[in-house]
Amino acid sequence: MAIRVAKPGFFTTVQDLGRYGYAHLGISPAGAADALSLRLANLLVGNEENAPALEMTLLGASLELEDNAIVAITGASCECKAGTDAMPANTAGELPAGAVLKCGSMPTGARCYLAVQGGFDVPLVMGSASTHVGGRFGGLHGRRLQSGDVLQVRKHGAYRLRPLRPGALDSLQSPRPLRVSKGAQQDWFGPEAFEKLFSCAYIVSEQSDRTGLRLKGELVRPSEQSQLLTDGIPLGAIQVPQDGQPIILFVDQQTTGGYPKIANVIAADMHRVGQLRPRDEVRFVEVSIADAVQALRKQEQWLQEIFK
Amino acid sequence: MKIIPASDSSLLVVFGNAISPELHERVIALFHAFQARHDPRIRNLHPGYASLLIDFDALRLTHDELTSDIQQLASTSDFTADKGGKVVTIPVCYDLEFGPDLLDVAQHAGIPAEEVVLLHSSPTYLVYFLGFSPGFIYLGGLPEILHTPRLATPRPSIAGGSVGIAGSQTGIYPNDSPGGWKLIGRTPLRMFDPESTPPTRLQPGDRMKFSPIDRATFDEMVQSR
Repeated sequence: MAIRVAKPGFFTTVQDLGRYGYAHLGISPAGAADALSLRLANLLVGNEENAPALEMTLLGASLELEDNAIVAITGASCECKAGTDAMPANTAGELPAGAVLKCGSMPTGARCYLAVQGGFDVPLVMGSASTHVGGRFGGLHGRRLQSGDVLQVRKHGAYRLRPLRPGALDSLQSPRPLRVSKGAQQDWFGPEAFEKLFSCAYIVSEQSDRTGLRLKGELVRPSEQSQLLTDGIPLGAIQVPQDGQPIILFVDQQTTGGYPKIANVIAADMHRVGQLRPRDEVRFVEVSIADAVQALRKQEQWLQEIFK
Repeated sequence: MKIIPASDSSLLVVFGNAISPELHERVIALFHAFQARHDPRIRNLHPGYASLLIDFDALRLTHDELTSDIQQLASTSDFTADKGGKVVTIPVCYDLEFGPDLLDVAQHAGIPAEEVVLLHSSPTYLVYFLGFSPGFIYLGGLPEILHTPRLATPRPSIAGGSVGIAGSQTGIYPNDSPGGWKLIGRTPLRMFDPESTPPTRLQPGDRMKFSPIDRATFDEMVQSR
């Protein structure tokens, strides 16, 4: 079973839940920018939640199916068609051999995910199928998809489709500030810096990608003027370079850096970072680490309960 | 030693605020102690100059549990007895073709180019950590006379394996990339190969020497890799 890429869209890569255990070699985890949507897509078609799937950015891909296949699309709202029929999101659908699946633009959100029953069959590199764009490895030939690429699909055994309960994803829609906990260098920043960070709206700049989201807005300057010794960077760290414009470090981030980190997006909200588009507005709200962990537990519980 | 929550899924263990082999020895000892445990709840370890960031699965491990683990590990005798990593020799061809800035560095130091090569290839460098990009090493030990500012305008494309100097740092570009380091040579070795186990030639805590080779040896080594 194979799927041919007729048009790759704006930026489409193979991703799973990331590659852990190699940060000490300078290798960031990569993996789905919106891991929750990738897990959802996989669960809908009956895969393991970590199965390799496609991450499409801003403009989706057109794919030709060599054989019949069961697929699901999740994440950003995306105008998808299978032949002339609209392809609904957040549900598994069977497409016949020869079908052309066209994923169009995304009016809201930045990334949608396409899982196919069985999962895409790419070689695992350091235990993961994720494309590491900067390192040029993983996924299909270590790069974004191009027209003419052929993706193989793994298929063996029986799969159990897992349909969603009605209204299951409603809670994902409501816009709310990104929750952050204070960062490793919080002492470097005075009350006025936190005041700005937590009261102002920031705009996601065009210079944003899987390595990080650069934000434009009120400057957040450290009161400490010394140089930070390069140290490790956690996923979702909000670092502040000399120009005072915060950057959210993301899945393809550098593993170490020399700028102070004022705050950190909580794990339960990282999937929302993956749906931010250039020019979107972002606000931040502070939560304690205990509340952040509680939110993560609640999210895992929610993921167990949304299926019929 | 200070243990700071860096996020809901990570702790930063800070040993001090200086670039020194003594502080770094403690970073590496804790790094090795955690590596040896193969704890599936620990996802990533990021050594820095004087700190170790520990990234973990917050659903299976709490900040408090990990904090007491760190304190316990740091108090054991194994921890202080850790003597770091191996010594690795990296061959470098310092021909002008590979080192377009070698004469610049020589002029900046006020010494002949041959002496730059000699000085650059004599120390045993310490690999403080890898970071920035896959396989990129942060070395300590560049002789002070060789400290040279980076290029005013970075080059759009530098071949993987290029050896350069930037300020007090020397290092190797693991992959083709843009960059602003002054280039003085090139190694025929692949410093980062995702298909190899491990994918890099050097690990944090290793020691490293540059060994000058001529152009013929460089070509032979490229052929046989």
